[in-house]
Amino acid sequence: MMDLTRFEISLPDLLFYVFSAVSLAGAMLVLVQRNPMSCAVSLVVSVLGLAVLYVLLSAHFIAAAQMIVYAGAIIVLFIFVIMLLNLSSAEIGRFRFSLFKTAGLFAGLIVLLLILPGLRHAPPGDSPDVGRYGDVRTVGEALFGQFVLPFELTSVLILSAMVAGVVLAKRDLTPKRPFSFLDWVLGLFKN
Amino acid sequence: MTSPGIFPVGLTQYLLLSASLFTIGVLTVILRRNLLVIFMGVELMLNAGNLAILSFSRFGAGPSGHVYVLLIMTVAAAEVAVGLAIVIALFRTRKTVNADEATYLRW
Repeated sequence: MMDLTRFEISLPDLLFYVFSAVSLAGAMLVLVQRNPMSCAVSLVVSVLGLAVLYVLLSAHFIAAAQMIVYAGAIIVLFIFVIMLLNLSSAEIGRFRFSLFKTAGLFAGLIVLLLILPGLRHAPPGDSPDVGRYGDVRTVGEALFGQFVLPFELTSVLILSAMVAGVVLAKRDLTPKRPFSFLDWVLGLFKN
Repeated sequence: MTSPGIFPVGLTQYLLLSASLFTIGVLTVILRRNLLVIFMGVELMLNAGNLAILSFSRFGAGPSGHVYVLLIMTVAAAEVAVGLAIVIALFRTRKTVNADEATYLRW
């Protein structure tokens, strides 16, 4: 009778392998599926699998932020745009093998083979000074302490992204009559 | 404290997963013609980078990795907003989201 007790695996390791398989499967489905809506849903699966992996890495706050920001905002924005554009099935097309895609596949494999030897030098197990700093307090102390300047700069970035989104969404940059100096300035950019 | 079992998970396995996700993101950007799916490949690459930074932070590099990941998520959200606005504006004139149709800078 075979001794099955030596095939033990701890629960965090098992969870890592299961959810990394989930994440990889979602990513592969993004690559191969034709319908962009199916690709968006597969991307949701992939980022939620990654959120579980972030919990395994003791990054609890980042896991919650990943679920809220990626799955809850970014991919919802993708789905809004996909449904807004309302692509017909003639747009979506069928998969054909071509020289370009084969060359792309080989380029991807070469990129992976170039990355892999660098991973051999990484320590294989837990290092003694392992980090358990994933809670909100530690992240907050770092974000508003050491990293307060990048934090303020991201506020400027978000403001500029908002302005860019509003301007790009306007159909007509010239109003019927100039409302303000800003409208006149925007009207100069319409050729 | 090492984890018991036959396949212990350490830094190497996390980096291998990050490399694989990054490669799949690169392939998505190269091989797909739909602009929205190309954008999703970019998001996959950003997530792979996030995983790499968090795994290095967990295995001894300090708590600042979490802040970097938060900033990368912010930048990714802003980039998606502006990029999708560009895609919508492109769709209004060209009536297509095929990347092969958007090769000219004018008209």
